[in-house]
Amino acid sequence: MTAPTKSSAVHQAPDPTSGLLGTSRADQFFKGLLTLAALLIPLLLLALFYELAHGSAPAIAEFGLKFLTDDVWDPVAEIYGAWPLLFGTLLTSFIALVLAVPLSLGVAIYLTEFAPEFIRKPVAMLIELLAAIPSVVYGLWGIFVLIPILRSTVFPFFRDTLGFLPFFDGPIYGPSVLSASLILTIMIMPFIMSVSRSVLLAVPNSQREASLALGATRWEAVRTVIVPYARSGIIGAIILGLGRALGETMAVTMLIGNRHEISASLFAPGYTMAAVIANEFSEAGTTLHIASLTYVALLLFVVTVIVNAGARLLIWRVGRKSGG
Amino acid sequence: MKVSTTLLTVVTAAMITGVPTALMAQSLTGAGATFPNPVYTKWFDAYYRKTGIKINYQSVGSGAGIRQYSEGTVDFGASDGPMSDEQLKSINGVVHHIPTVLGAVVLTWNLPAVGSTQLKFDGPTIADIYLGKITKWNDPRIVALNRGARLPDQDIIVVYRSDGSGTSYIFTDYLSKISPEWKEKVGSATSVRFPVGLGGKGNEGVTQQVKQVEGTLGYVELIYAESNKLPFAQIKNAHGTFVQPSLSTVTIAASSAEFPKNTDFRVSITNAPGQYSYPIASFTWLLVRPDTKDAAKAKTMRDFLRWMVTPEAQNMAKALLYSPLPQKVVRLIDDRVGTLTTGGQPIGK
Repeated sequence: MTAPTKSSAVHQAPDPTSGLLGTSRADQFFKGLLTLAALLIPLLLLALFYELAHGSAPAIAEFGLKFLTDDVWDPVAEIYGAWPLLFGTLLTSFIALVLAVPLSLGVAIYLTEFAPEFIRKPVAMLIELLAAIPSVVYGLWGIFVLIPILRSTVFPFFRDTLGFLPFFDGPIYGPSVLSASLILTIMIMPFIMSVSRSVLLAVPNSQREASLALGATRWEAVRTVIVPYARSGIIGAIILGLGRALGETMAVTMLIGNRHEISASLFAPGYTMAAVIANEFSEAGTTLHIASLTYVALLLFVVTVIVNAGARLLIWRVGRKSGG
Repeated sequence: MKVSTTLLTVVTAAMITGVPTALMAQSLTGAGATFPNPVYTKWFDAYYRKTGIKINYQSVGSGAGIRQYSEGTVDFGASDGPMSDEQLKSINGVVHHIPTVLGAVVLTWNLPAVGSTQLKFDGPTIADIYLGKITKWNDPRIVALNRGARLPDQDIIVVYRSDGSGTSYIFTDYLSKISPEWKEKVGSATSVRFPVGLGGKGNEGVTQQVKQVEGTLGYVELIYAESNKLPFAQIKNAHGTFVQPSLSTVTIAASSAEFPKNTDFRVSITNAPGQYSYPIASFTWLLVRPDTKDAAKAKTMRDFLRWMVTPEAQNMAKALLYSPLPQKVVRLIDDRVGTLTTGGQPIGK
């Protein structure tokens, strides 16, 4: 996310070891070791991709790309289609992102620019603590605390006020696409908040002082100088959150209702790719069932790669536009 | 880093060379079903105290247990559902299914209107509820089974297990026997495509769903329902009586099942005949090799299986609320265990 700055720094800074490199055997060895370590990571990624593709071969041969658009998942009849899973993963992550981004950005800006000194650190630390909670704990909290509140108060309120929209219509069970999206929102917020905060803190004070000196109000300084300066870093923070939302398994499985269907209503149960793997892999018996679950994993892998690549592209373009 | 790498190397080396030769005869590894895991853990611990023989068991799920057995990575597998014909074919049928204990599935509900009244169901009604054909609690068919219960005019919210499980296998196996329509449209497996309802992960997921929402009907393991004090239904069995699910009615169901001579025990006991048989029950099995090359291992396996069906071990199961095997099945298992061989030869004393 800060690739452009890094590479330019390398170019500009005089290399203090340049004269020594290659002269000492230990240096050579160390360099080789580091190169090996650096190459190992992409290799691991490729190996993972190969393994998934290899494992899902029977399902790819059987269903091909129709797997992406079919919506039946029947382990008895051995018919598998992943469209509701793909849809559920993208939808829950999208909702979570839409809710989490303004909230966590707001908190980050408040904590770096507006909050009084004595609450900045403690609040930031508490929010970062949220990131350390295991997802199964979020899941349990979701089942025992969040869902009862949502079902008895929040969802009926939405239905009464916004029920004319198809998203907020239909019976309310509790476990639903919306419940899962809300738990995801809470889970990704600390990541986005914490990274955005670090990025905002890294904005040089001279930038702040200059804009204030030019007569900008605090808010104008944030809007026109500080946030644009930190933009690529903030987008990086959002991508991090999105990546976590796409792959989150346990809490979503516990809250989404695990129904292989697409419904207009957000109160209806749904399913995600990670959830179906968690649910069915250990008990899957037939070759095709296992291969189909692996195919889902491959799909999740590809979706994550595409989303990340798209985000990199976005950062790159944003970075060019703002001249950073 | 360096220290931990060295340590790792030493440990790995020890694992590869020294330890197995020293322990070979005294240890077995197995993997599979999660449902009987508590009693297996108890047994293996008790057996270790008794004989010094260590049995390592990983409860990775029945499907994974069957896979690991077929690939030969474990000494024995464990499964809540018998291996399918396709799975048997892939290993040329080289397996014995040995029943260990019994499990049962009960229906539980959340309906404040009926108070503490115990509800009653029969197979066709359950099938039609889970098919989405009966949608109201005051449907005439449910009312007819529950004279006197104040069943409300409320939608039935069906809850099922979303994770693959032996519980779902037993439940769908029962419904497939009762309802031709269920057999054709849904079938039986550890995960199936439920026509209606919500999926909860695990017994606890289903239970929370049922506890929190009025009008729900779900199925969970008998042990889980008992230990969590959930209400559960009497089910009408093949004989026509309404039977309370309990350790003894499940054991009765197992003893009423017919076993052919030289049986592989790969039998379903759902909808079993007999006046007091609880109809939604099943064995859970260990998957054992008929012939083991390593003589010491073969003997260890056989001795454990013999001990497992003794009253001592079966009573431990009972204490954990698993239904013990009926005497008739115990005798059959003793016979079957006697046929195990090592390298084609009978196993010595």
